[in-house]
Amino acid sequence: MTAPKVVIVGAGHAGTTLAGLLRQWRHSGEIVLISRERGLPYQRPPLSKKLTQPDFELPLRPAQFFDEQDISLHTGQDVLSIDRVRRVVRMSGLREIDYDILVLATGARARRLTIPGGDLDGVHRLRTLSEAQNLQRQLRESGSLAIVGGGFIGLEAAAAVRAGGAQVTVIEREERLLARVASEPLAAGLASYHERLGTTLITRAGVAAITERDGRATGVQLNDGRVVACDLVLAGVGAVPRDEIAVEAGLHCEDGIVVDDSAQTSDPSILAIGDVTRRPLPTVSGTRRLESIPSAIEQARQACAVILGNEPPVPEVPWFWSDQHELKLKIAGLVDPAGTPIVRRHASQESFSVLHHDGTSLTAVESVNAPAEFAAARKLIATRLPVDPAQLANPDVPLHPAEPK
Amino acid sequence: MPIVTYVLRDGSTRILEVANGSSVMEGAVGNNVPGIDADCGGSASCGTCHVYVDESCRGLFDAPLPEESDLLQCSDAMQSNSRLSCQLFLSDECTEVRVVIPGMG
Repeated sequence: MTAPKVVIVGAGHAGTTLAGLLRQWRHSGEIVLISRERGLPYQRPPLSKKLTQPDFELPLRPAQFFDEQDISLHTGQDVLSIDRVRRVVRMSGLREIDYDILVLATGARARRLTIPGGDLDGVHRLRTLSEAQNLQRQLRESGSLAIVGGGFIGLEAAAAVRAGGAQVTVIEREERLLARVASEPLAAGLASYHERLGTTLITRAGVAAITERDGRATGVQLNDGRVVACDLVLAGVGAVPRDEIAVEAGLHCEDGIVVDDSAQTSDPSILAIGDVTRRPLPTVSGTRRLESIPSAIEQARQACAVILGNEPPVPEVPWFWSDQHELKLKIAGLVDPAGTPIVRRHASQESFSVLHHDGTSLTAVESVNAPAEFAAARKLIATRLPVDPAQLANPDVPLHPAEPK
Repeated sequence: MPIVTYVLRDGSTRILEVANGSSVMEGAVGNNVPGIDADCGGSASCGTCHVYVDESCRGLFDAPLPEESDLLQCSDAMQSNSRLSCQLFLSDECTEVRVVIPGMG
C-alpha cells in the first residue's frame, strides 16, 4: 500500500507544524500545504507582542525548508470547497487537488466591529501579517490609539504601542479586563501595570460608533455619549473560526469544527487542527475553542499520530503565554473567572501567581513573571495530586520539590 | 560557518551548518530536526527546545539569563549542562558544537 497523500489547508502554526512532523516521522507520501496568504508561513505571536518593533515579522520555517522536506507549499490560494465523495478540494480557477487525508487548519479571523464607522479608514484588526503591517505603518504617523476590547490581543498591542510612546486607551465592555478568561486578581494586577505604563483603561464601556472626519476615524463614541479621541482604532473583540468550507461540506461544526481528542472530524478522512477547532480537554466536560499555539501544536501531534498509525501523544494541560511589555504572563489549566483563587505574591509587585484549587487539587495557574512557579504548578495540575490550599498562598513553601527558591 | 552536531533521541546524529548569528534551536527547526519543538518561537517561554550541551563547547555560549534557568530547573530531565537551545547563539568560533536532545521533555 502506498503512503497516503495528505493535503493540509492552512499554513499557520498548526498546519506548518504538522507538515514538518510528518516528515520527521518519515511519512513517505505526498504532502501539500495550502495557504490563502501570500508569502512564507509566519509566526503569529510577535504580530501583537512586538507590534512596534522592526523584527515582528518572523518566518515559521526558512524559505528552503519546504523544498528540502518535499512539502508542496501553495501560497495565495483559497480553498473554496471540499468534495468529500471524490476526495478533492476545489480552489479558485477551477483547480482541484485530490487527497487521501485532508487536514483543515484554516484558523480564525479577527471579528469586525459591527457599529457605525466600524470599517472606516484608520480602524484596524490584528490577526494576519498584512493586518499587522497596515497597523504598524499607520502607527508611525499617529500619536494615539484606542483599542476596543481588553483581551489578550488588545493588551499585548497596548503594551507594545505604549512602550513606543503613543497615547493608548483600552475600552472594555465588561467591568474588568479579561472578564471571561482570567481571574479577578490577575486582571487587577494587569490593569495597574498598564496604568503605570501610562495607558488609560475604561471599563464598563460599550462602544456606540466610530466618529469620523473625511472618511477617517477620529475617535470612539461610547454608549454614554463620551468620545475617546484618537488617530487610530484597533478592534480586539475576538476571533471567529474559519469553518465555512467545513460547514458547507456537512462536517459537524458548532462555532468551530468539532474534533475528538485525536483531531478527527465527523468524516474519517478529514482531520482538523488549530484555532478553527472546537476540541475536548482532559478533566473538563464539553468542548472548547482554545486559540493557542500550544493547543495547535498538540493537535498537530495528534493528527500526525493518527495519519501514521502511531501511539497518540500524552494529553497536555492546556497553556499559553502573553507578553505585555516587561510582563511575562503564563496560564495553564482552565481558569474559572468567577472562582475564588489563591494569590501567591512575591517581593516585587510585578511577580505573582494566582492558583485555582477545586477543594482537592490544583486546577489552574496564572503566573506573572514567575516562570519556575508556573512550571511547578503546571506539573501539579497534570498529576492532580491532592494539595493543601492553606500552603499555596505562602511563597516560601515551594509548589514542587524541583522549584528553585 | 558554525557546525552543530545534534544527537537525537534514537542515538543517531545530524551534523548541520547553521548560519552565524542563528541559534542552535533555529538550526534544528529550520532543518526539521526532531525533538526540538520550540513552541514559543524562541522567546524562552516554553522550555521545549531543551538540550544538553557537550562539555567541550559550553564556554562558547553566554551564561543563561534567570528566565532560562528558572524554566530549566523545573524540567524532569534537567542536568548541569542543560540549556534552552533558543538562547545558544552561534558565532564563527562555534566550529564544533555538540548538543544532545533529552529523551524526555
